[in-house]
Amino acid sequence: MSEDDIILAELSDEELVQQMHDDLYDGLKDEVEEATRILLDRGWVPYDVLTQALVEGMRIVGIDFRDGILFVPEVLLSANAMKAGMNILRPLLAATGAPKQGKMVIGTVKGDIHDIGKNLVGMMMEGAGFDVIDLGINNPVENYLEALEREKPDILGMSALLTTTMPYMKVVIDTMKEKGIRDDYVILVGGAPLNEEFGKAVGADAYCRDAAVAVETAKEYIRRKHNSLSVG
Amino acid sequence: MTAANPLRDLLAEKGVLLADGATGTNLFAMGLEAGEAPELWNETHPERIDKLHQDFVDAGADIILSNSFGGTRHRLKLHHAQDRVFDLNKRAAEIARAVADRAPRKVIVAGSVGPTGELLVPLGAMTYEDAVAAFVEQMEGLKAGGADVAWIETMSSADEIRAAAEAATTVGLPYTYTGSFDTAGRTMMGVDPKDIHGIAKDMGDGPVAVGANCGVGASDILSSLLDMTAADPDAITIVKGNCGIPEFRGAEIYYSGTPPLMAEYARLARDAGARIIGGCCGTSCEHLAAMRHALDDYTPRPRPTIEEIVERIGPLRNKMASESGGDGTRDRRRRRT
Repeated sequence: MSEDDIILAELSDEELVQQMHDDLYDGLKDEVEEATRILLDRGWVPYDVLTQALVEGMRIVGIDFRDGILFVPEVLLSANAMKAGMNILRPLLAATGAPKQGKMVIGTVKGDIHDIGKNLVGMMMEGAGFDVIDLGINNPVENYLEALEREKPDILGMSALLTTTMPYMKVVIDTMKEKGIRDDYVILVGGAPLNEEFGKAVGADAYCRDAAVAVETAKEYIRRKHNSLSVG
Repeated sequence: MTAANPLRDLLAEKGVLLADGATGTNLFAMGLEAGEAPELWNETHPERIDKLHQDFVDAGADIILSNSFGGTRHRLKLHHAQDRVFDLNKRAAEIARAVADRAPRKVIVAGSVGPTGELLVPLGAMTYEDAVAAFVEQMEGLKAGGADVAWIETMSSADEIRAAAEAATTVGLPYTYTGSFDTAGRTMMGVDPKDIHGIAKDMGDGPVAVGANCGVGASDILSSLLDMTAADPDAITIVKGNCGIPEFRGAEIYYSGTPPLMAEYARLARDAGARIIGGCCGTSCEHLAAMRHALDDYTPRPRPTIEEIVERIGPLRNKMASESGGDGTRDRRRRRT
């Protein structure tokens, strides 16, 4: 079956959404863009395109990434395809006041240039409907504190790929404790040399093994936060 | 004409070689701060780097790795040292060379070359040619400082391995390379340990040895080793695994592996066919001495199964490479071709 056999505009809504999931999985940026526009033209509200097509498609990618079926190169292509769709939706979402999942500030710690994993987390979080503020690489504690003050996020994410930089996460969290603001945020940490015990020891709420786990964990914490707010 | 290759010569002489332990985590114990560039210590604290090499040689290392892991311009840029690539790498190799030259036996100086941290085109912005150029620049310094071999390590991308191998060939250094299999038994970029041998076979004379380093725990890297030695039993295979997993005690990081555990890891590595065995993060001189003792006059046992490895040194942290990857059974609407 050749590519020419699929005419996106001729698919029913249901088929088209399924096709978008497949095209996201395969990292087909142009096809995802086209399908996003078709759904909007058919009168879909932007929020439904986001959640049913893009977020759901990236959820499937995330599961296979978590399970070691997809690896970083494939997921980066998927995330780029997702971003292409998001770029169309973003202004429309803002204009229609669509609900937000939450907000995250994310950055790689001081001394560390690695941003592949961090970027993936950022993109997957965006794909899951979060607002993401990316501080880039090599962040001293001051950068994190300023961003928390400025952005008032729900979640702080820190990344490190080197055994020589991962202890810096503790410096950041200890400083937050000293300032009495630690408990105002959910803190998620990640990076190849880390593990769950390490995450606990530095004082983070959770260690996330990969971008898919980061999204699941973030959603879980936001859910808990909402529950405790509605109870309290 | 074959260029000088002291690593190959020593392998032929001794059969199995012991590489050294960790650099970064041991420098912490000497006062390196989180986020500081270890490479800058080649100029500011050469005596500490000298001591680390010396302690490893005293513990029995046949191969010592220069303090140049993050020595490409892409990494040094963060510390505003991108214009000193040649000097810092030359210094790194010189310090190790001096220690090797005063040792009572033959010790190989391996010029450590880590990843650039950049993604190659089409996933990222770095072209293959730029990657080769960055590695050439670093390796010229290492060679000038007296490195015997370019030791390309902790790699996750096959393209980046090829770029570094091409650079070594350009510079005229023999080379080895190892991948970090930290993601579901493969590298982050999806390289399967069984495919490690073929990555740079056509570069120059081909690698002297290939293998695995870092990754996750000791059991996981031995699982990768089984895959690598099964794929090519005649290749010279390196395994340089972490000393267990990192833990905080108070404000300091410790690795969970004990000297007896690393000794058993070394024996299992030998049983599984490794020819160069060493430690990565967390491996101290004490651990390395235990590994030396374990390997001396050791008669390998039969090749272990993964179950036997787990029984002796503990469970796997990640899934194995043979369990990862797609089997094409995912339900999909229609496959585009």
